[in-house]
Amino acid sequence: MRVMMTFYETAEEFAKRHDPAAADAYWAAWSAYAKAVEATGMVVSGAGLQPPETATRLTLKNGVREVQDGPFADAKEHVGGFFVLEAPSLEVALEWAAKAPCASAGSVELRPTMAPPSDAA
Amino acid sequence: MIAEAEEVAAARAVAARRAAGRAARESRSRLVAYLAQRMGDVVAAEDAVAFAFEKACALWPDSGAPDKPEAWLLTVARRALWKERRDLARAAAAAPELLRAFEAAEAAAVDAAAGEGGFPDARLGLLVACARPEIAEEIRAPLMLQVVLGLTAARIGSAFLTPAATMGQRLSRAKAQIAALGLRFEPPVREALEPALAPVLQAIYAAFGAGWAEDAAAVDRPGAGLAEEALELGRLVAQLAPSSAEAKGLLALMLFAESRRGARFGADGRYTPLDAQDVALWDRAMIQDASAALHAANAEAGTGRFQLEAAIQALHASRAEGVAADPTLITRIYEALLVVAPSVGAEISYAAALGRAGEPAAGLARLDALSSARVAAHQPYWAVRAHLLDAVGRPAATAYDHAIGLTEDPRVRAFLLARKAMTA
Repeated sequence: MRVMMTFYETAEEFAKRHDPAAADAYWAAWSAYAKAVEATGMVVSGAGLQPPETATRLTLKNGVREVQDGPFADAKEHVGGFFVLEAPSLEVALEWAAKAPCASAGSVELRPTMAPPSDAA
Repeated sequence: MIAEAEEVAAARAVAARRAAGRAARESRSRLVAYLAQRMGDVVAAEDAVAFAFEKACALWPDSGAPDKPEAWLLTVARRALWKERRDLARAAAAAPELLRAFEAAEAAAVDAAAGEGGFPDARLGLLVACARPEIAEEIRAPLMLQVVLGLTAARIGSAFLTPAATMGQRLSRAKAQIAALGLRFEPPVREALEPALAPVLQAIYAAFGAGWAEDAAAVDRPGAGLAEEALELGRLVAQLAPSSAEAKGLLALMLFAESRRGARFGADGRYTPLDAQDVALWDRAMIQDASAALHAANAEAGTGRFQLEAAIQALHASRAEGVAADPTLITRIYEALLVVAPSVGAEISYAAALGRAGEPAAGLARLDALSSARVAAHQPYWAVRAHLLDAVGRPAATAYDHAIGLTEDPRVRAFLLARKAMTA
């Protein structure tokens, strides 16, 4: 099954990225985890994301374009990265989700992807 | 003073609630097992007992608990079961007199049993049924946790990293399988006791392992951890099968491990490996219980894997008495364990024990001999490998990275990150 594994991080976790006291451990944990997942051969694609402040949002309200800086609303957790995995089962994907560094401080979401539309349609 | 008295009262109330909860759970499991044995249907028995408990919760607060609460619950559950059968029979237009006759006979049997100070304990037979060869290995522990301890599919699913709905379906399927097997839930005869119990004990140990892994979540809620639930099952089997050496061995093993729970993480949340743990934080009473269980196991015939593993833990526990564990003796016991019950886990623990005994190179050689496909995603392998590489002065960074990437507990991860930083 193909699933998207999305990593949600708290503001404190994002802050560790630039905190001299925590950055080394933060990056070492994520890099070791990403390598371990990649070693399974399940990774279809994936990326780490720049912090939520770098987000840009667009909406069309009554035909008027609105471009805003920053993330959506005041969510407690923001997406910090994702993998698209080709996993043998949801259980296997969950095993790997449990090992994500953000599983204890944030959360991990797994969602099956939709099948691509068939050519006949 | 007042605050202290209030604290004592609150602690008593908590203890009383827990005791009541335990008693209710004990009754529930005895009733489910007994009714499942008589009806041959676990699901119907569970539903009927749940119905009886609901009735009790609704009636007892006003009317007070009856003299024989268990007999009361049994009668209500049995009526619920028979009502269901009657309804079914009516739908099938079966002879009502025949059914009434059956019901009267059943009632007489139950009353007789209840009158003799209780009904027979059928739980050992039920546990063995949950671990039959026909039942898939991975569902055996979840099945026991639900049928005997009454845990919900959601709770069990979380511990075994399975969505609640999926776990619920698997449990239903397994219960239907048990019903289809048409078992009588007979407890195993003495000569067949150990082989019949082996899969039961393995499943309990698997539940204990799952509880160990989810420890991070359970720390703030003492009594809520799956490890404690597994321990309860272990106590139950040891009590129901008093002549089984392995049941006592498993109980001893789990108690030794559990006795160190408070020492595994420092006050600052830091993970502390076994050798560095403060023995003052070990639970002495639990160590005594564990030793007693191990002695009792040794008094029975035969030596099994759980007994050997408990013996190793007993040596580690001797540090609480100021006696350093003899590392060479521990490696000898591992060698015996690898003959009795070879496994990747035992190989890795043996390698670690060789390291403790001053033979890290020999330990590494054992690890090298393991097939890489079996250990590639196995955290303990990489953690022990990194440690042994360190010990012989070889570069360990890559092994540490593997271990870090495969670690679930954030405190263990932090420990490994610090270790790696020290060696780099």
